Amino acid sequence: MAIKAVLSSADIDRALMRISHEIVEKNRGSDEILLLGIPTRGTYLAERIGIAMGKAMGKSSSEPIPVGTLDITLHRDDLRSKPPRALTPTRIPGESIDGKRVVLVDDVLYSGRTIRAALDALGELGRPALVQLAVLVDRGHRELPIRADYVGKNLPTSHDEVVRVSIAEVDGEDFVAIVGANQYE
Amino acid sequence: MSNVEKIANKPIVIQSAYSLEGKKVDLRIESGVISDISEAGSLKASDVDVINAEGLQLLPGLVDLHTHLREPGREDAETVRSGSAAAALGGFTAVHAMANTEPVADTAGVVEQVVRLGRKAGYCDVFAVGAVTQGLNGAQLAELGAMAHSMANVKVFSDDGKCVFDSLVMRRALEYVKQFDGVIAQHAQDPRLTENAQMNEGVVSARLGLAGWPAVAEEAIIARDVLLAEHVQARLHICHVSTAGSVEIIRWAKARGIKVTAEVTPHHLLLTDSAAESYNPVFKVNPPLRTERDVQALRTALVDGTIDIVATDHAPHPKESKECEWSEAACGMVGLETALSVVQESIIESGLSNWKTIAERMSTAPAKIGRLTHHGLGITKGAPANIVLYDTAARRTVSEIRSASKSMNNPYFDRTLPGQVMYTFLHGNLVVAKGDLVNPL
Amino acid sequence: MSNRSDVLSPKLSRHLLTISDLSREGAIHILDTADELARVSDAPIKKLPTLRGRTVVNLFYEDSTRTRISFEAAAKRLSADVINFSAKGSSVSKGESLKDTALTLQSMGADAVILRHSASGAAHRLAQWTDGVVINAGDGTHEHPTQALLDAFTLRKHLKGARGEDLSGVRIAIVGDILHSRVARSNVLLLSLLGAHITLVAPPTLLPVGVHDWPVEISYDFDEAIGECDAVMMLRLQMERMKSAFFPSAREYSRLYGLDRERMKKSKKNPLILHPGPINRGLEISADCADDVDSVILEQVANGVSVRMAVLYLLLGGSHE
Repeated sequence: MAIKAVLSSADIDRALMRISHEIVEKNRGSDEILLLGIPTRGTYLAERIGIAMGKAMGKSSSEPIPVGTLDITLHRDDLRSKPPRALTPTRIPGESIDGKRVVLVDDVLYSGRTIRAALDALGELGRPALVQLAVLVDRGHRELPIRADYVGKNLPTSHDEVVRVSIAEVDGEDFVAIVGANQYE
Repeated sequence: MSNVEKIANKPIVIQSAYSLEGKKVDLRIESGVISDISEAGSLKASDVDVINAEGLQLLPGLVDLHTHLREPGREDAETVRSGSAAAALGGFTAVHAMANTEPVADTAGVVEQVVRLGRKAGYCDVFAVGAVTQGLNGAQLAELGAMAHSMANVKVFSDDGKCVFDSLVMRRALEYVKQFDGVIAQHAQDPRLTENAQMNEGVVSARLGLAGWPAVAEEAIIARDVLLAEHVQARLHICHVSTAGSVEIIRWAKARGIKVTAEVTPHHLLLTDSAAESYNPVFKVNPPLRTERDVQALRTALVDGTIDIVATDHAPHPKESKECEWSEAACGMVGLETALSVVQESIIESGLSNWKTIAERMSTAPAKIGRLTHHGLGITKGAPANIVLYDTAARRTVSEIRSASKSMNNPYFDRTLPGQVMYTFLHGNLVVAKGDLVNPL
Repeated sequence: MSNRSDVLSPKLSRHLLTISDLSREGAIHILDTADELARVSDAPIKKLPTLRGRTVVNLFYEDSTRTRISFEAAAKRLSADVINFSAKGSSVSKGESLKDTALTLQSMGADAVILRHSASGAAHRLAQWTDGVVINAGDGTHEHPTQALLDAFTLRKHLKGARGEDLSGVRIAIVGDILHSRVARSNVLLLSLLGAHITLVAPPTLLPVGVHDWPVEISYDFDEAIGECDAVMMLRLQMERMKSAFFPSAREYSRLYGLDRERMKKSKKNPLILHPGPINRGLEISADCADDVDSVILEQVANGVSVRMAVLYLLLGGSHE
């Protein structure tokens, strides 16, 4: 199976570092930033971004950037297409999201439906001051009017290709690859 | 006593059927009796109607000592006509209709009516069982003498459906019927131990949360009744024996010379209480289905004669009585049309016995208990031509069996059963031919 | 379309009629899902769109305001439409058969029917007559699966803590009228499935004849049995059992099998006390112990909604192949 690696481990590190600085800059170093990763891989990316942001803002380890996780399963628009999916955890640090600057973090932005579901889920948890989106990879083919504020890499793809994001905490190593569908066994 | 007086026109020769000994024979029927039997191919086949019975097993017309025909009163479930037609399709030439009708058969009038209805229908000889107590109340003896001396000539008395629980009443009944050679057929069920009982009490009932019907409720009554029968020197018959413990008691009683006879139903020879796990009330019956151990004990007892006969306890019920929650459902299963098949599966095909023994248990012995004069006399020259030709090799899914019975509460609905009755002769007249009623309902 | 990797739930049986419908994996998954859904109850807006467009019918032939409201709350939090049929004053009480009611509900488009009925096996029968999902909310003396699930959820929360955990190592006594208890049957099946060690404590008359086949220990001595328990589940006793000679008097019953302070002192582990409710104060639980139990009962109410939400989601939330 031919896999075309498009981002190496070092590329990912650099991208996340850049995203972290961009978030700090765009939000003018606000204390109200709350990172919410979308499980599974988005959660770990959010953690890494949180650490990098903390360093960039000169914060000590005792006052970390709040990082949480947001399950979107129950808000999906395609629930009936398959048997029930397992829920993933939702953990929101702090009292509530009211008035916070929420930055959603996900690995791949594609149709935009996941983010639409995430916005609905957020809506039930409270009223953030604003919501921004950070993604490691934007592969195009939006089906909804959704866009990312922070993008690690733009990767134009065709529908029959699969973008495979591998994250050390989940898959053992860091890389992003494109797998051609006709190359599957 | 013959109910059916019609005489067939031409003599009939049956060719190449298997006798009870397993030999191929020809058999001639003339003027309502078996006029000749001999080696296959030896009887003349001219000027007679010929039935080619190649591969078919000869059996004597079966006699059912325990059937519910529901008429009078519950004609929505069955009538004497539909029930006796079902009996004929099952190979029965005589049935005894139980007394728990509406009104109860506790007078000469009702028993005579049942017999008349049977004669009119003409599918088999219908005998009436008289109730032991008035209205099945368990307290007051019914007019047993009137019923015995009526045109119905009742010999078997039973409150079946209910137990004659009062020891004194049971004693008196056993004594009283001696005067006309009658017999009390007891439905053995202690009502206090089985209040609102739903199924056999055991591991399955514990799991399903259904109130239990303990074996001891049957066994304790049988133990009492055999001792009463011994004391007053009377005949006693036990209906639908269902437990291994009951078998032991009956065996002990017979060894002592007590004049007790016993019956088992086909369903108790095949099905167990695990059938209730689906909560489908088609399996709800009284006495309930028991355990595998009980089934094996009953089979052994039937073969060794501790249990004298098979009796169907055919209990038709309308759809709404079975299409509901288990606890609301009526008890009982239809069984006339499948009896022989179920016995074949549980006794013959399991290798436990042979057709000769089955003929004894399902024809000779029940006729003797009921004191019948024209049934159960075997397949011998001069005997009334009450005969069945049975295809032992047939295999039918029960849903395919075209049923004459008005009710569908059949517990074998998802099974394939062996065998099919192809011909039934009642006093020499063909009632079932090629597996169908000669006179459709 | 998404290339989001889908983790499907362990396959569950179409209906929830008995705990035997669940595998160990499936049962733990229900508890984990309930755990996540419990947070919905903490959120300001207690609503999820997941079952929007689904119709859930509460078909209650027995009075049970608490269970019915619990299912209703659970269904509504998932945005399902809820229709309530209770026995009184409807065609149900006028003698319409269960089968006819089932067919009526079917033609009304019920996706799920939650049935409480006084006949054991009623839910099994209903499942024969309807295409929708059937959830048994208590059938006669047979089972009450969601009660057992919420009991297991509460036990796990107090005694084990984490997601993905079962109940191995937990010692629990179930005390009282086991013979007539659907809560006991479901709990015996579920708690043993999850690895708990169960002791049934009851007078011999209130234990089913077939109980020797169950994965439990039996004890007639509550004082002895309570010693090593991490939890005690007290069952409700019905006074009419006295008429059929199950036990001689209320006084004797509570002396031998009731829970009071004296008996609690015999325990070595300060066990969690559960009761499916409502309590007969002074009979199976003394008044002074009842207050301790009350707080767990209130917690049970909240847990009940989460567990029922999990069951509804897992049975109705996806497609059925």
